Amino acid sequence: MPRLRTLEILVGAFMTAGFLALFFLAMQVSNLSADVGSEGYRLQARFENVGSLKVRAPVTIAGVRVGRVEAIDFDPRRFEALVTLRMDPRYRQIPEDTIASIFTAGLLGEQYIALAPGGSEANLGDGGLLEHTQSALVLEQMIGQFLFKKAEEG
Amino acid sequence: MMESLARLGHLGLHALARIGRGHLLLLGILGGLPSLAARPRLLLAQVYNVGVLSVLIIAVSGLFVGMVLSLQGHYVLSQFGAAESLGVMVAASLVRELGPVVTALLVAGRAGSALTAEIGLMKATEQLSGLEMMAVDPVKRILTPRFFGGLVSMPLLAALFSAVGVIGGWFVGVGLLGVDEGAFWSQMQNKIDFREDIVNGVIKSLVFGWVVTWIALFEGHDATPTSEGVSRATTRTVVHSALAVLGLDFVLTALMFGD
Amino acid sequence: MSDILLDEVGDDVLVRVRGLVFSHGGRRIFDGVDLDLPRGKVTAVMGPSGTGKTTLLKLIGGQLRPDAGRIEVDGQDVHALSKAELFRLRTRMGMLFQSGALLTDLSVFDNVAYPLREHTALPESMIRKLVLIKLEAVGLRGARDLMPSELSGGMARRVALARAIALDPMMIMYDEPFTGQDPISMGVLVNLIRRLNDASRLTSIVVSHDVADTLATADYLYVIAGGQVMARGTPAEIRANPSEWLTQFLEGLPDGPVHFHYPAAALAADLLETA
Repeated sequence: MPRLRTLEILVGAFMTAGFLALFFLAMQVSNLSADVGSEGYRLQARFENVGSLKVRAPVTIAGVRVGRVEAIDFDPRRFEALVTLRMDPRYRQIPEDTIASIFTAGLLGEQYIALAPGGSEANLGDGGLLEHTQSALVLEQMIGQFLFKKAEEG
Repeated sequence: MMESLARLGHLGLHALARIGRGHLLLLGILGGLPSLAARPRLLLAQVYNVGVLSVLIIAVSGLFVGMVLSLQGHYVLSQFGAAESLGVMVAASLVRELGPVVTALLVAGRAGSALTAEIGLMKATEQLSGLEMMAVDPVKRILTPRFFGGLVSMPLLAALFSAVGVIGGWFVGVGLLGVDEGAFWSQMQNKIDFREDIVNGVIKSLVFGWVVTWIALFEGHDATPTSEGVSRATTRTVVHSALAVLGLDFVLTALMFGD
Repeated sequence: MSDILLDEVGDDVLVRVRGLVFSHGGRRIFDGVDLDLPRGKVTAVMGPSGTGKTTLLKLIGGQLRPDAGRIEVDGQDVHALSKAELFRLRTRMGMLFQSGALLTDLSVFDNVAYPLREHTALPESMIRKLVLIKLEAVGLRGARDLMPSELSGGMARRVALARAIALDPMMIMYDEPFTGQDPISMGVLVNLIRRLNDASRLTSIVVSHDVADTLATADYLYVIAGGQVMARGTPAEIRANPSEWLTQFLEGLPDGPVHFHYPAAALAADLLETA
């Protein structure tokens, strides 16, 4: 056991190094800096099929991340999926007739929501509903359609 | 036949008694927290013992684990054309699992066995008895600072392990294997979530720190006060800590990362 | 059961043990033992090894609980005290362990200062003076900066003694102080025990199986064997006791009531036995 002064310095250095490592992990490794957190406003969208969309999936416009999926619920009256989006407060000008589609990132990747802005002058506010949606493409349905078409031709 | 059953019952009772003693000791240790606050120097000495003295082995292990992860990961990912996801793979493996778990195992081996041996030896040389007769509670004076020293040190050591590992992975992936630097970091930052991954990793290492230090202190305190007894206690610390960490890791992972 | 056991002891008794029963590991260590330890005197408890002499000290100090019986120290029932009260009582008791039990990571000085730093709010300058005085009493003031690992067995015990008297207790318990010592250290210790006892009107309890030195040091003796008190009295009375067993014990005779041979068949029969 070294002398008290040395002890204090070494322990101080250890604690600092540990917290620096945590800070490094938080900033450089995780999405902390880019995270919207619980600020931002909410939008809602209904889909016939959300496929494998998950909570915390990104919401993009023109490929840029502008928010994330906050919740995915089931509407038992209309038998549709109700998705709640948490939008970055910086981007408030989203036209009312924007289309929300569920795309897949890459071939094996995760699914996300891409917004294609419409031409309306009025913008969606907090709690607004995206009327036009395109559900996720389900592989089995596509194969079924493909086979059906082929059968028709041939 | 009856004899074996009797023996089994006996062993069972013995195990139950140990578990009971362990929990009673924990209560005594936690009860020493107010006295510890009055004597921060004791805690300082123990953070040194457990934390500072483990930095070297943690940092070196972290570096090599990160580098190997990167090496192996690159080999597998490039077969799917997904080499750019190397950063995510390395970081996720480290922060979620390898950081907390491997750190806990290493600390159990290095600091845990040292704690057990120290306490066991104090018991064997009647130092603990001597303290009692001097009207000093040995649990509060000797065990409590060591418990909180371990608890505080573990998450910091795990963070060090993961951080050094990521850097090691970066060095091998980007530096040696030619993965795109931008993709390495950006994919990582996109996918690794602060709350889900980093915070959960910290929670894991706090749980492991609690368990590993507790086991080490209990085995030392409960050891038979002979040289053979201390040696057996030290072995038990390492083995039981390892089993506890791995078992708890499964439970925690299922709770945290399951759907 | 009378409260005053012995006429010569009078009623100035510091430690009173009545009907002590204690078992450990299936063995009856004490089976109804009564002891009176008079204030200001050196009382010895003797007996063969394994009769639980160290256990007796732990029972008096409250580290162990008796199965039955009552132990009173300075009028207080040791095992009826709360934890805080027990700790307070212990600051008035000093104990010298067989191995010294010094804290190995502290120097001699710090070991002796330990109880002072723990239980008093005295300034360091005052503590330093007290520690030096205690070390002087045991003749080790010059060794104050050594570490316990650098001390011989005898020196370690003397440092432990200095530590035991640091808080000026009312009694000291000595656990086998004479065991494994060379004649000179033995002489030093015998001398110290006597001097300390008389100088500070301490009460000393010496537990030992060393006959000669114990008889030379003690004012009053108890001989315990098989969980019972076999004999009691002043050294003169003990020596004059006609009991065969006691004679064998005191003189270290190889054979007597405690047999030399472990029970076995006749020798001739054993040797002539064919496998």
